[in-house]
Amino acid sequence: MSAVRPPAAPATGGHILELDDLGVVFTTETGTVQAVRGVSLSVAPGETLALVGESGSGKSTVALAAMGLLAGNARATGTAVVDGTDIVGADEEQLSGLRGSTVSMVFQEPATALDPLTRVGKQIAEVIRNHRRISAADAAARAVELLRRVGIPEPEQRARSYPFQLSGGQRQRVVIAMAIANEPALLIADEPTTALDVTVQAEILDLLRRLAAETGTGVLLVTHNMGVVADFADRVAVMYQGAIVETGPVEDVLLRPTHDYTRRLLSAVPRLTVAESGAPGQSGEPGASGASGASGERRADEPGAAPGGEPAVELKDVSVVFGRGKQAVHALKGVSFAVHPGETLGLVGESGSGKSTASRVALGLITPTAGSVTLFGADLAATRARARRALRAGIGVVLQDPVASLDARMTVGECVAEPLRIHRRKLSGRERESLVADVLDRVRLPREVARRAPRELSGGQRQRVSLARALVLEPRLLVADEPTSALDVSVQQAVLEVIGELQEELGFACLFVSHDLAVVQQFARRVVVMRAGRAEEQGLTSATLLHPETDYTRRLLAAVPVPDPVVQRGRRAERLATLAAGRTEEQG
Amino acid sequence: MSSLTSLDGLAAKPERAASGTRLAVRRFLRNRLAVVGLGVVVFFVLFCFVGPLLYSTDQTHTLLQQVNQSPSGAHWLGTDAVGHDELGRLMYGGKVSLIVGLSAGVLATVIGTLWGAAAGYAGGWIDAVMMRVVDAGIAIPALFILLVVSAITTPDLTGLVLILGLISWLVPSRLVRAETLTLKNRDFVLTLRAIGGTHARAIIRHILPNSVSTVIVAATFQIADAILLVAYVSYLGLGVQPPSTDWGGMLSSGMTAAYSGYWWLIVPPGLAIILVVWAFNAIGDGLRDAFDVRGRA
Repeated sequence: MSAVRPPAAPATGGHILELDDLGVVFTTETGTVQAVRGVSLSVAPGETLALVGESGSGKSTVALAAMGLLAGNARATGTAVVDGTDIVGADEEQLSGLRGSTVSMVFQEPATALDPLTRVGKQIAEVIRNHRRISAADAAARAVELLRRVGIPEPEQRARSYPFQLSGGQRQRVVIAMAIANEPALLIADEPTTALDVTVQAEILDLLRRLAAETGTGVLLVTHNMGVVADFADRVAVMYQGAIVETGPVEDVLLRPTHDYTRRLLSAVPRLTVAESGAPGQSGEPGASGASGASGERRADEPGAAPGGEPAVELKDVSVVFGRGKQAVHALKGVSFAVHPGETLGLVGESGSGKSTASRVALGLITPTAGSVTLFGADLAATRARARRALRAGIGVVLQDPVASLDARMTVGECVAEPLRIHRRKLSGRERESLVADVLDRVRLPREVARRAPRELSGGQRQRVSLARALVLEPRLLVADEPTSALDVSVQQAVLEVIGELQEELGFACLFVSHDLAVVQQFARRVVVMRAGRAEEQGLTSATLLHPETDYTRRLLAAVPVPDPVVQRGRRAERLATLAAGRTEEQG
Repeated sequence: MSSLTSLDGLAAKPERAASGTRLAVRRFLRNRLAVVGLGVVVFFVLFCFVGPLLYSTDQTHTLLQQVNQSPSGAHWLGTDAVGHDELGRLMYGGKVSLIVGLSAGVLATVIGTLWGAAAGYAGGWIDAVMMRVVDAGIAIPALFILLVVSAITTPDLTGLVLILGLISWLVPSRLVRAETLTLKNRDFVLTLRAIGGTHARAIIRHILPNSVSTVIVAATFQIADAILLVAYVSYLGLGVQPPSTDWGGMLSSGMTAAYSGYWWLIVPPGLAIILVVWAFNAIGDGLRDAFDVRGRA
């Protein structure tokens, strides 16, 4: 099963990281949990091993165990050898000697990985001086040099910045600068790009790849994103329920998976269909996109279903300004779009592009500064509060966070019944119960969950509860703001399928906000690409996301890593060539 | 699809997690001090309310033939300057202390909760005005107001509760406002607003139940404070009037006999106040741990 072929580049023998039969047990209030079982893997110098898996698979625990950073209630067994030292048995002194010099770590969230009250140059210099006896001036100079290496413009000035003065991508670059400050032999990156936008993600991956190649650093990359794996990794280890189910070179695992779980996982990953002729692997791969199931087929016959009648919601030239005077933030600038009954409109864009603001305007939660919002044919600004509330009976909402969207103090049944209590007060308790049971059936949840607390359900199940609550009044408009972003891919697919099927059955209009272009491509008939508060481009998904008209959309699409290492290599080369060409053009 | 469903964990029945209440109880019981505190409170409640049935004494008539007696078989804790049995008096005064403390603490918490929730939920200038009122109130020492009020009128039991409640709601109102500020932006409240739920529903059905842990913890500390405040006021001779008394009043009258060496008039009420106030604080700590939902997702 673990067909570990010696990878092309690295030297044999001297592995920088070697895990042998690693196990981790957590002791919790409700008993012990075996988070990691019998994990054996190795990373050679200069090699990148990706550890992939869904949430709860134990991949992050493995990474933390390799750093000796497990929480106090965890106990590790087996061995984890980093550069000749067994981490499992090491004392704190040995560990602190290793950490930051031989092995270092890049975490997911750059905002919390940096000290907000210390200038970034000083933070980097501190890391250097923790392990080397050099003067403060030398360390500061080295910090500037490191900032230059990680591609921060004007590093001398930036070294004096505080973290909040940098963008998310720049912050992650600073974190990486700290990680490579002492030229570690092993870099552990735990979801290093998950908190970043795709274009920034592509840049950070380029940077990590370049650094690893230059210095021969071994990289253990922990991620859930198959595109990132295809872009960056030499070898892949797939984790499922605490154990490794498959290990191998990236081409083998991603293109010819042998384990059943890997196959299911890969087939659930939404794939971005790309039109460029320069991507030869894509056309020869109808199987891969076909495997993404019913929603993929739905898209094919949908363009025929022309939007009929008046739009469920329409934004006309809407602008939103938060604050006033100098601090005013223009969140939306003249945005117009309409969602028609039975169709799905995708709202895509990077963070801060205004897509969530636009969806909240559509919901009437934010009053536009200028422009008008028409909900079911009625101008929201001209309706009275009572009439507006009645209109809202026609809206269903699903938000991103499955934990925060349900009130933890209510049972699932009460959560789902809430819209009924608001809009159909005359219902008897029994009628309400039967409606709730019906809608739970529809989202394919067992009826018994009505008596459960939301806390007892998994993320995907909770998101279905949210969906059930949104659908219990049979709405004419469903607004879904990143409904699957917090979910694993397999769960995401199941939830999307449920939404798609119910839309066909009930014919509601759907405003679907997402940062994931592949999901929107699968799921939405039309798409609006948002950028800095403007609607950059809109049109049929099949046209806009295949043959974009604007440079921005093109750049956005090019930055999305596809989970196919061969195709991704081609895309990367193309993207870098375009960027280089753009740069020379600018200079010339 | 079927394979995907099983990945989702749907085919398998959702695992029944330990219920929230049971977890909370377990956490509370793990805090030894809190359990001892609960024991102390239960003891004093029984002592004050059931005790007089088992150990009956005369707390109304002045009995000059038995004043200032030291502890003996007949009077376990001796007698005071007017011949009342000290142990019986401890029960009799404790009843007042506990009732006033509990009611005032609860009243303060209720007022504070409503005020804080309204301010936090309304936001904007309404919030600003309401919270400046609180700031101003906190700037005036409670004891000062108490002395002024007591100097003007001699409040009865209800009056005392009202006064104490009306001056000590400020701190809980700040706590609840902070809680409301985070809760009102939570997704389930946004969802409710989006589908046309009313403000009243958002506050009553969602925000208040979710801040109940903060409120209960605040209430225990308020009760402790109120018991202490009653003691202060009575000690200064401005609280409940004789022949009725409370622990603070007993301490006050006992102090006049301090130089005569009548320790039994000072130590028992002093100890009772310290123990009960400590016990409520310990319970508050334990409840805070028990309700702490972090890491319980």
